[in-house]
Amino acid sequence: MADQPTAMERFIQGILPENPTYRQLLGLCPTLAVTNGLNQALTMAGAVLFVLFCANVMISLIRDLLKPHLRIVIFTLVIAAFVTVADRFLAAYLYQMSKTLGPYIPLIIVNCIIICRCEVCASKQGVVAAGADAIGQSLGFGLGLSSIAAVREILGTGALFGIKVLPAVWPDWVIMVLPPGAFLTFGILLGAVNWYSARPSKATRTN
Amino acid sequence: MNATLRDNNIVQAWLVLLLAVCFGGMLAGVQLALGPKIELNKVNETREKVPELVLGAQAAQAGAPLAVEPLTVSVEKPAKTVRYSVYEAKKDGALAGWVVKTAGQGYADRIEVLIGLAPDAGSLTGLFVLDQKETPGLGNKIVTDEWRGQFVGKAVDRPLAAVKGGAKGGSEIDAITGATISSHAVTSIINTAVADLRQPLAEKARGN
Repeated sequence: MADQPTAMERFIQGILPENPTYRQLLGLCPTLAVTNGLNQALTMAGAVLFVLFCANVMISLIRDLLKPHLRIVIFTLVIAAFVTVADRFLAAYLYQMSKTLGPYIPLIIVNCIIICRCEVCASKQGVVAAGADAIGQSLGFGLGLSSIAAVREILGTGALFGIKVLPAVWPDWVIMVLPPGAFLTFGILLGAVNWYSARPSKATRTN
Repeated sequence: MNATLRDNNIVQAWLVLLLAVCFGGMLAGVQLALGPKIELNKVNETREKVPELVLGAQAAQAGAPLAVEPLTVSVEKPAKTVRYSVYEAKKDGALAGWVVKTAGQGYADRIEVLIGLAPDAGSLTGLFVLDQKETPGLGNKIVTDEWRGQFVGKAVDRPLAAVKGGAKGGSEIDAITGATISSHAVTSIINTAVADLRQPLAEKARGN
């Protein structure tokens, strides 16, 4: 498999060059839904890290046994099992957070990022590359979620992690913590990322 | 291996079946280990909610603490016996109300609710949703204070009905736009529990 990226490349690609949120535009349902606060966003990112890591490693271990027409069934089965574990774990140890996130934890089962990484990486590469890929992609996803959540929480409530950081005169922009705020923030940040990443390529051309 | 056996669907799916069995075992283990803890979380939350459901949110913050006594009420039905877990709330020794924990099928999954009832079980004093997986943005509005507030003070001599396009008072509850099924589910969960428990609870209240 000489043409496949190494574990290190997989890890780095997931964080910025192939960021799930800003580059692949995958997993947008939780990206929009649970980013009204940093705590929720980080819990969601943690749950995705656990599920993606377990699923990638598991799929990578059994990759030689996969049959092409049955592989999606197996991906879904593996993902669903680990998501259920994560869901029960949150309900047991972070009960209030599990109630806040509600159905979005079970909905990780249908999160495209995970099935995409199983298909692209884990079903073709070894355990180390698959694990590194999972961590890189999850960090990228966490970065995407927390960047949106930070903007929404600070503008919407004047707080970060539920702690007030802006002076009390700040008029809380309630719309930012409501669903429209998710679309506005994501659109603007995505535009900014695209604008920023388009700049160096011009610079290289003129040099 | 001959061709017929190789083309057999079951043989092809051996890995799917094996994994399903393994994961089933794993999840059963997780449930065994964490299930009691999750139940305990729910019981604690229930106990915390009792004052608000019996006395209302403002009175609960101001008023004296309630003594909460959990008990099980069995109701004989034609086909089976239904057991309800009921919390008896007493304030200064006098019965302040009841909180009933019950559940029923919602649109997506089981909805678990707590129902606050007046001492004579004749009217609702509160409603709280313990667990639900209704559609985000539509059905999950059943947890909002605004929607739940409609139930406070409703007499339960007639079954409650969730209606579209504005409730006209009485036993009518405003159904959530786009979530009629979730709204109906909650009212019917309440109606069932109240129909079963009105008699026994009223008798218990008189016995006190």
